[in-house]
Parts: sequence; structure tokens; C-alpha cells
Amino acid sequence: MIGDLLAQLRYRVSVAWRKPRLDLPLLGALLLLMGIGLGTLYSASDLDRGQVLSQALRFALGLVVMVTIARVPPSMLRNWTPWLYLGSVILLAVVIVLGEGRGANRWLDLKVLRFQPSELLKLTMPMMVAWYLNLRPLPPGWGTLASAGGLIAVPALLIAKQPDLGTALLIVASGAFGIFLAGLAWWRIATLLASAAAAVPLLWHFAMHDYQKNRVLTLIDPEADPLGNGWHIIQSQIAVGSGGVWGKGWHHGTQSRLEFLPEHTTDFIFSVFAEEWGLVGVALLLALYLFIIARCLWIATNARDTYSRLLAGAISMALFVYVMVNGGMVTGILPVVGVPLPLVSYGGTSAVSLLAGFGVLMSIHAHRRSAGGG
Amino acid sequence: MKRLRWTSRRGHAHKPIGEARVEAATFARRALAGFALITLCLIGLGLRFAYLQVREHARLSARSDANRILTRPLAPARGLIYDRNGVLLAENVAAFRLEVTAEQAGDVQDTVRRLAEVLPVSDEDISRYNTLRKRKRSYEGVPLRLKLSEEEIARFSVNRWAFPGVDVVPYLTRAYPLGAEFAHTVGYVGRIDENDLARLDANQYAATTHVGKTGIERSYEQRLHGQVGYEKVEVNADHRPLRVLPGRVAPVPGDTLYLSIDARLQEAAEAAFQGRAGAAVAIDPRNGELLAMVSVPSFDPNLFVNGISSADYRTLLDAPDKPLLNRLLRGTYTPGSTIKPFVGLAGLELGLRRPEDTVLSTGEFFIPGQSRAYRDDVRGGFGRVDLVQAIARSVNTYFYSVSLDMGIDRFSAYLSRFGFGQATGVDLIGEGSGVLPSREWKRARFNQPWYPGETVIAGIGQGYWIVTPLQLANAVATLAARGVPHTPHLLRAVQDDGTSAPRLLPLAPEQASVIDHPANWQAVQRGMVEVLQAGTARAVGGDFPYPIAGKTGTAERYSRTDETWTSISASPIERHQVLFECFTPADNPRIAIIVALEAGRSGASDAAPIARHMLDVWLPGDQQRQREALAGGHP
Repeated sequence: MIGDLLAQLRYRVSVAWRKPRLDLPLLGALLLLMGIGLGTLYSASDLDRGQVLSQALRFALGLVVMVTIARVPPSMLRNWTPWLYLGSVILLAVVIVLGEGRGANRWLDLKVLRFQPSELLKLTMPMMVAWYLNLRPLPPGWGTLASAGGLIAVPALLIAKQPDLGTALLIVASGAFGIFLAGLAWWRIATLLASAAAAVPLLWHFAMHDYQKNRVLTLIDPEADPLGNGWHIIQSQIAVGSGGVWGKGWHHGTQSRLEFLPEHTTDFIFSVFAEEWGLVGVALLLALYLFIIARCLWIATNARDTYSRLLAGAISMALFVYVMVNGGMVTGILPVVGVPLPLVSYGGTSAVSLLAGFGVLMSIHAHRRSAGGG
Repeated sequence: MKRLRWTSRRGHAHKPIGEARVEAATFARRALAGFALITLCLIGLGLRFAYLQVREHARLSARSDANRILTRPLAPARGLIYDRNGVLLAENVAAFRLEVTAEQAGDVQDTVRRLAEVLPVSDEDISRYNTLRKRKRSYEGVPLRLKLSEEEIARFSVNRWAFPGVDVVPYLTRAYPLGAEFAHTVGYVGRIDENDLARLDANQYAATTHVGKTGIERSYEQRLHGQVGYEKVEVNADHRPLRVLPGRVAPVPGDTLYLSIDARLQEAAEAAFQGRAGAAVAIDPRNGELLAMVSVPSFDPNLFVNGISSADYRTLLDAPDKPLLNRLLRGTYTPGSTIKPFVGLAGLELGLRRPEDTVLSTGEFFIPGQSRAYRDDVRGGFGRVDLVQAIARSVNTYFYSVSLDMGIDRFSAYLSRFGFGQATGVDLIGEGSGVLPSREWKRARFNQPWYPGETVIAGIGQGYWIVTPLQLANAVATLAARGVPHTPHLLRAVQDDGTSAPRLLPLAPEQASVIDHPANWQAVQRGMVEVLQAGTARAVGGDFPYPIAGKTGTAERYSRTDETWTSISASPIERHQVLFECFTPADNPRIAIIVALEAGRSGASDAAPIARHMLDVWLPGDQQRQREALAGGHP
């Protein structure tokens, strides 16, 4: 019995090895990105090999997850989608009741494994929206939009309640991109955006926490509170700006090495990169992200069915939200929201969930229209 | 409304081909639109980076440097102080202190408590530590105990393992090797306090912990302090220094000062006081150099350097003979008969008397038309005396009469030529100005008119008269120099750079004599020589190779009508303030001395022997210099 299982496992692994079903350009770009991430982390952590090693292990784990998911056919993913979505929303609710974390209730402690259920939603949310829209006539009408909106809103509100505005934003975005890609009429989009703009004052007064309001106010005038809320923004801009065109050189960024820059291995690692590699490095890094997004969208366009297309497209575009929100934060044009720079910021859950997403894309790529599939 | 085409088991619900194709086309268009938007947004983000990294680069670079580079001031080494012969009076010595670094020590209070079991740690040490700690960062060491003894260092070293974050740290501290002897002249330094901060240049003192509080340390603070240096250190966000950057500006040490004081003379003078309260000053009348300045009792200035304990301070404050009082500058003495040579000189100079004119001393002097008797020291008087005898035997009647003839206005105008009633301008801070009796002074002080009887007693140095020892010494030196005044001063030479020979400071330009007729000086000088040969101080005048000119003074401490007089009359030694003034060689004086004792029988018996002892100590050096001058061909 066990022998059979082992034999089957060995067979599966050897198949995966010989025929990995991976998109090589995407894989290459991801490996390059992870390399940049580890190099920047080594500098930002002030040459802490331990931290780099632990991040490398997480990348390895993430790659295993990616390869594994890449072998799961999209049809199977689609069948699991409602249950996965439901499961992750339940876990999210559990976290709110039992969870623990630094100031915010985000973590679920399973003794052997601590993780943030909200990370699961980064994958299950676009899956659910794709699954649902796949059942509906497209382009979506108001009714479909409302139901999809409900599917997005429930977990997003739970996460925002934790409070983790950054993740909530990413999850809303991935769902919304699904609807956008499904062909929601432009006039409907315009109507939605207009009503969202009208709702901003209401949110400001009734929904946002004081610390969230402060972050927005600080963004407008960071110098008003240079040692408090403005500190992150000011020091990050100093780091970025002092890097200049060519940068200060690897491990020569004083802002992070001397600890002026807070969170310089996680949320603000982009500042470290910008300080050390300058505008040239930033341009190349942004180009790399753009290439990955483009490649992912290409995979999505060539997907076999609507579910796969929407899922792949939503995941691709959500990647852009990470980069934009994080980049906007470190340059002081967006408020300080805890969104990591994908595959560069130090942190395990986000790396694994991102790579899992790329695993889904790999799977969709393997089962694209032209490929034999199966 | 279409039917849901999802079945959980089969899971393969395909839309019709045509619908799927439309959806695929829609998706492709949307993906393209999305990608275009994403590209635009990322270009926008790139432009934001470009704005910061190109347009704002210079400004943000400067802020980055301002963030990380801290300019740390370096304290200059304080200049040393020597006497005229190179005897060290103030130095910087290496000492060891115990520092506790809170970050490493963990529970500071517990560490301090356990330390107290190994070393003596007073409550004051602890409260000072707690005060200092508030101003320091947790990784900075804060001194708990200063000046550890070798035994204490050894005892701590054995137990060091038990005290993480506690270190023995070397530092330079000011020390006064001769201690109390120079407390009132050299003064002392102390920790910079709020008042000091208000007057000091914050940049120059950025790294300095101590500043001159009194004496030479205070008046030559600028020379002694030196120039602050700087080094640039890279710091992290907690301001913890990480490394020193190139571009250090070394501090310039303060000047080494050579005082005119002769430490041997000073020591001898102080010893001669035998602890009796008083003051003595020796001046070179040729240039105003102060050779000795003694104020007894004194205190150990080393106690003040790192903060005196309140118990020690209270002891000093409460001591009945006031060791903290600088008697040289602020002592208030009634000059008594020591004023007589000056009054006699005034009589000659103003043309009221010729040297050979005599006065009949009957033991009592009356202002015409008044009944109050002004007495002589001897019942029945001295008979007929001229100026020389009047000075030699201290005959009051002579001076009563000449003062009365002079009137208070001419009296005070003439005596002010010798600096009475004014600060001398010595290079020390906090000098008192004494009181030269005058009509104006009395009006200002009491708003009362002047009475002739007050002129009479002013003539013998009584009444409103107050002199400081330095003032009297300055007057005697001016008299000794045949009326040529020199501002008394302590600083003689300066060594700017620590290697070259000390550079003598230029003297102030010589002033004209305040004596109009040299012959008048001769007469007064003869009287003063007579004091030591046959007069009041003949007991101390013998056996000295040079002729000495001098004058004793014995002033009553209390009015005879005062109750105190009767209560202490059993102890005559308590009755008088006694003084002695002298200069020698009488014709060409090279030293002038005054001695003031707060209690004594008479100037001759108590003050004059101290002066004589000082002269004896001074003599060998003077003879040596005279021989050298002759050998060197100088007259």
C-alpha cells in the first residue's frame, strides 16, 4: 500500500521533472526577481546571512508549491474553487475570533504553522470571481456585478476589519480585475468609480480608523510630523532621492544600513533598492515587473476557457497593484499601506502565496488552447 | 435568465462555442487595455522615482548626509598653571571613574545596589548618576563614581564578571597639587552649570565639562580653555556613533600660564600664619607682580572639581573663620596706623607741614571748641614729634592735627591717588573696593553730613575706613615705588603651544608718579625705616641685610562703647585687628609686603613677624638675582 503510494509519487515526480509544464520565460523572470530580492535583502539586513537563507528557503517552498499547482489542471481548480473560497472565508472569520498578531489580528497559529488566512484569499478570491463569472453571461450586467461584488466584499470587509488595509485592497483589486476583464461595460465602470469617489467622504468619516486617516494626512504633509507618522515617508524619500541616477552601490545605502529607514527589509525594501541602485536600477526592476505582467497576461489571453482566462488575468493584474502601491508608498505618493514588493520584500506567506499564483498561471499555460492539454 | 450550468461532479460545463469566442475576444481587448493602463501607471511611478532621484537628488542627498553625519566636538586639554619658577599649581591628571551603561547593565538599580557592596557608593553618587542618566542615551556610559582609588579599582576588577555594562574608564581631571595654599588665587574649575552656560560660547564649550569658577582659573578661562576640535562620526538613527569619518579638526590645547607667584614664598607665608585668620600679600613694587597672596584659612580646591559633597560644603560654609572667604579680595580690614605714612605724605605734599615741623603730643587731642578727647596710645603723650618720629612711634596726635588741617575733601582726594576706595584692577574676579572716607561717600551711604571729628579719626585709619589686603598692598607698593603705580597682577608669562619658552607678557606702560615732590617721599621713607630700627617694630627689624621700611597697625575690632568690648576684654588678643606693611630695600624696593591678622595683640607683635619671615624666605633668591644681574653687567 505504502509501496504503491511511494511508487506513484516517484512516478509523478519524475514526470514533473521531465515535463515540468512551466513557462520558461516567466520562470526565468521570476528567478531573476527572486535573485534581486535576495541580493537586496542581504544588503538591507546588513549582511545577515541567516535572514537571506530563511528567505531563500521560503522561495524554495514557494517554488515547490508553484510546480505542484502547475500540475493541477485548471478544470480541477475550477471544481475546487467554491470550497476553497468558502474554506478561506471561514478561516478568516476564525482569525477574527481567535487570531493573534502584532496589533492586528491577522495570524492563525496552528502550532506547526503560523499563517495569515488573508493570504489564501489572494488566490481564492480571483478563483471565485472567475468561477462565478464563468457561469454568467458576459459581459456582466448590474445583477452579476452585484453578486460578484458581494463575493468580494464579504472577505474584504473581514480583512479590513483586522485591520489590514493593504491586503484588503489587493483582494478587492484582484476581484475587480476579474470583473473588468470579463468585459464590464466602460460606462458601468465609470458609474462605479464616480459613486466610489462620492463615497470617499463617507468612508473617511465612518469607516476609517484614526491611524489610517493619519497615514493619509501624513502623506499630504509629511513634514508636519517628521518624527512620528511622517518619519517613514520622509526617510524613504531621502533614501530614494539620495540614490540619484546611479545609486550609492550595493550595501552602500546609508539610510537602511544606519537604520534611518524603518521596515527596510519588508515594506520599504524598494527604498533600499532605489538608494543603492539608483534610477537605473529602479527602471530595470519596473521593466522586469512589466515583463512578468505582460507575460502573465499573454498566458491569460491564450487560456483555454473563460475561467482560466479570468483567473490568470486577475492574478496578473493584481501583481501590478502590489508594485504600484508599494512603489507609490516608498516615493510618498500613496499612503503607508502594508503591501510588500512582490518576491523582493522579506516575508514568507506573501512569497508562497505569490508563487502559488504563478503556479496557477503555469498550469493555465500548460493547458492553453494550442497545447494538447489534459 | 440563463440556467446555471455548473454541476459539482462533472465540472466540465462549456459555454457554446460562439459565446466563448466572443468572451475570448472581449478578454483580449480588455487585457490589452489593462496592460496599457498598467504600463502608463508604471511609467508614472518611474517618473516619480526620476523626480526624486534626479530633480530632488541634491536636496535629499544633503538630508541623507545630515541624517548620518554627526559632528562631534572634541574637548581641548586645559592649560597648566605654574608659579614663576615652574612649580606646578594646576594640572590635568589621569583618573579613573566607574561608568554604568544602562543598555548593557539591564536592571540599573539592581546593578548599583550590588556595586555598593563592592565599592563605597554614596547616595549623592546615586542621585547624580540618576540625573546624568536622563540626559544620556541608553548605550552611553554614565559615571557613577569618580576618582577611584587603586584599591577600589582592584576590588572592582576581581568582581567585574558580575557587572556587565560597568566599566572603569580613564579620564582627565583637574588637580591642584598644592591644594589649599592656592585655593584663593589659582581658584578651581567645576562642572559647567546653568549660569556658566549663559555666558559661555556654546560652540567652544560643546565638549567641555568643566569651567573656571574662581581665581585665575576663572579670570583666564579663555586662555586656559583652548580651542574646541571636531570630528565627524557616522551615526545611526539612534545617534549611536559607528565610525569616525576623515576630516578631524584637532582641538588646540589651552595656554600654559606662569604666574608671578613664588610658591616657596607663598608656602612660607601661609605656614607663618599658623592657622590664624588673615591675609598677606607680597608685591614687586617695580612692576606690580604679585609674589605671594595668602588668605587663611583656606580649603582644598580639589573638592570642588567634580562637585563637592553637601556635607563637605556645609562644613566649609559653617566654619566660624570662613575658609571660603577670599580675604585678599573681599576681606574688610580697618587699616589703622598703616595709613599714617600716606596721611603724613599728604600733609607734606599739600604744603600743610614741612618734614621738620613738630606737633606736641599730650596724650589727648581736641578739636578747637569741642570737648571730646582723641587719644594717643601712650597716656601723657610722646612730647614734641616731627614726621619721622610720628611715623616711627605711631603718634596719633600728629595725624589728628594734620588731617584736621587738611579737611576731609583734600584728605580723600590725595589718598585716592594710592588706590584706596577703588578696586586695584588685579587680574582676579570679585574684588571689593573698600571704603575711603569722604564727604560724598558718607552722603551716598548714609545721607548724612560730614563731621570734623570723623576727619580726625580718619587720619589714623579708623572710622569709616575699610581696605582689602590687596588694596593696602597695592598702596604700599605704589609708595615703595616712589609713587609710581603698577596694576597688581598674577599672570607673568604664557606658553602658547606647549613647546616654546614661556613668553613674558608686556607690562603696562609706566605711569607718572603720584608723588609731586621726591623729597617728601624721602621723609616718609625715613620714618618708615625708623619704625623697624627704633620704632614700634624694632623687634623684627634687626639682622636683615637690607634696610626695611615699614609701619604697624593695630585697629580696634570693636568700639569701646560696644557691649562686645567689655565681654571680651578678658582676652586682649581678641580685641584687635593687627596689620603690618613694609618694603625693602628701603631706597630701591624690590618687595612690598602687607600682613593682616583678624585678631592679635598688636601689629608689631603678631603681624610683623610674619612679614619678616616672608622676607627671610624671599631674601636668598633676591640676593642670587642681584649677583646674576651684576655678573651680567646690569646695574
